[in-house]
Amino acid sequence: MPETAFEPWKDPSAKPLIQFRNVTKRFGDFVAIDDLSIDIFEKEFFALLGPSGCGKTTMMRMLAGFETPTSGTIMLDGKDISPIPPNKRSVNMMFQSYALFPHLTVYDNIAFGLKRSKMPKDEIDARVKEMLRLVQIEKFGNRKPEQISGGQRQRVALARALAKAPKLLLLDEPLSALDKKLRQETQFELMDIQEKTGTTFVVVTHDQEEAMTVASRVAVMDHGKLKQVDTPDQIYEAPNSTYVADFIGDVNIIEGHATTQGDTVAIAWAEGQPSIIGTPTRPGMAGKVSFAIRPEKVAISAEKPKDLNNVVQGKILDIAYLGNLSTYHVALPGGITIKAQTANSRRRARRPFTWDDEVWLSWTDTAGIVLDS
Amino acid sequence: MNIRRIALISVPYLWLLALFMVPFLIVFKISLSDIALAIPPYTPTLDISGGWTEVRSFFSQLDFENFEFLATDDLYWKSYLSSLKIAFISTFICLLVGFPIAYGMANAPKEWQPTLMLLVILPFWTSFLIRVYSLIGILSQEGMLNQFLMWIGLIGEPLTILNTNIAVYIGIVYTYCPFMILPIYATLIKLDGSLLEAAEDLGCSRTEAFWRITVPLSKAGIIAGCFLVFIPALGEFVIPSLLGGSDTLMIGKVLYEEFFANRDWPVAGAVAVILLLILIVPIVLYQRNEQKIMEAEK
Repeated sequence: MPETAFEPWKDPSAKPLIQFRNVTKRFGDFVAIDDLSIDIFEKEFFALLGPSGCGKTTMMRMLAGFETPTSGTIMLDGKDISPIPPNKRSVNMMFQSYALFPHLTVYDNIAFGLKRSKMPKDEIDARVKEMLRLVQIEKFGNRKPEQISGGQRQRVALARALAKAPKLLLLDEPLSALDKKLRQETQFELMDIQEKTGTTFVVVTHDQEEAMTVASRVAVMDHGKLKQVDTPDQIYEAPNSTYVADFIGDVNIIEGHATTQGDTVAIAWAEGQPSIIGTPTRPGMAGKVSFAIRPEKVAISAEKPKDLNNVVQGKILDIAYLGNLSTYHVALPGGITIKAQTANSRRRARRPFTWDDEVWLSWTDTAGIVLDS
Repeated sequence: MNIRRIALISVPYLWLLALFMVPFLIVFKISLSDIALAIPPYTPTLDISGGWTEVRSFFSQLDFENFEFLATDDLYWKSYLSSLKIAFISTFICLLVGFPIAYGMANAPKEWQPTLMLLVILPFWTSFLIRVYSLIGILSQEGMLNQFLMWIGLIGEPLTILNTNIAVYIGIVYTYCPFMILPIYATLIKLDGSLLEAAEDLGCSRTEAFWRITVPLSKAGIIAGCFLVFIPALGEFVIPSLLGGSDTLMIGKVLYEEFFANRDWPVAGAVAVILLLILIVPIVLYQRNEQKIMEAEK
């Protein structure tokens, strides 16, 4: 492990590996990428996250060379890569469908790129064997892609893309074809491999859990624009918009009117209810705001908690039992429903609350985020 | 239960027996007979009413004379060889013409593909014979092709195309090209576009990706198309007799003449049996290829 945290994006002297400079991509009238600028640094594991049609795949295809930007420049290692065709770029891609060549063996699939690069034969052999070892499929070198399982195919695709030791590896929804359990295991392996090889990874995904697990930084995209680029914990704890807060994980959003009260803001959200006290994300916040709070940060109790500013009473509408967690849907006066999540440290039979119970919800002044709406 | 299973399995075998084996045995028997001025024009004919001795004398009259005759007269083996050559070259030209058409069709916009497919099979809506006759109109000395070439000034006087082997090639390629295009198109349309992108991503140029990915993956279609052209082209007789010249040797034409012009059924039978033996090789290979495709698709 590095002694200092890996945060090149905070170092102004660090040179980015990839730079998007005001890149726009249009398909006819449709704007896939809208004036987008971003820096991605060497050895990063960078995730592009967004719903389908947000432009994340287009960004990746522009990096691979299958699309060219309508305007703006993309730089790799300080050089504009627009005129370089895909087969001359030191960028390799792992396709969502894996795109393994069905007529070639696993070994020949991995060797395919190396054979194109005029590498001596014995070196190719050594490299392919090294790759087979890296992704732990040494036994399957002589099989055809149709003769191995989905998880093994995913490994072959990864090995093939890594074989040429690219400066940048693009992964298009790399784990989407795997079942949940295998996907979670493979996420960690992917991180291991990224660390071992030191390759810069850019992964496209619509699975926020996957992005949060693997990435050093996550870019949340919507309609061809970057909504927020930050580390997973910052994206989760400090989303900069209701879109990001809503896209990542579960969230309660309460609309209200804010007035500044010293270091805090008071948000009036329903008539006859005490204002919510929150911490402003910028000084002098006032006017219409959205208060976003994660369900697990809302405490639920039968007795009214003392010493807290934010306490509201409500009635349990629904209980979602998830095994390790329970989510309570609590109706507040004024027609708003808030989700509160607690860990099920006790057996289900001894659950303290049930439907239609009157309960108290509470949270601290810093638990939620006040966002401009 | 067992009887039902046997009955079910026996249906295709009975079909083959009645429609393939029995006619073949009749032809084979005729090829072992001698020519005669009678109806039917060969001898012996089997008369079971004569009893056992009759049957024995019937078999004693059968011999391989006609096959020996085919070996002595060089017209026949030259015709077989010439047919093989014409079928082989025509298949190759069909591949050269058909592959780009199939490739273009498979890469055309989705909404065009049904139309293009229709255009390829459209000629089948007209009788094969009429289409070959219309080629005479196009290829003859005063035909449209010669008039067009003279009009654009490429040639000074009309070329002799009709009644030569070139006309036979044109006829076969024109007639059988759809059989080459369709199986190749069927494999190309299934080709996953991301494979070509992956090949490019791994350092192939577009041309290299074509040879390393597209061609190997359409191999099954190419082989199927080649057999579908080669097998009927080998026995073709309408095209060489209508478009070919007197020096065009094709076994189908020889067979037709033996049978209808010379009324020598036994020799015609021998020619047909040998032709079938020659065709069995590509037919078996074709079947194997089809089986491989089926297994690959499982």
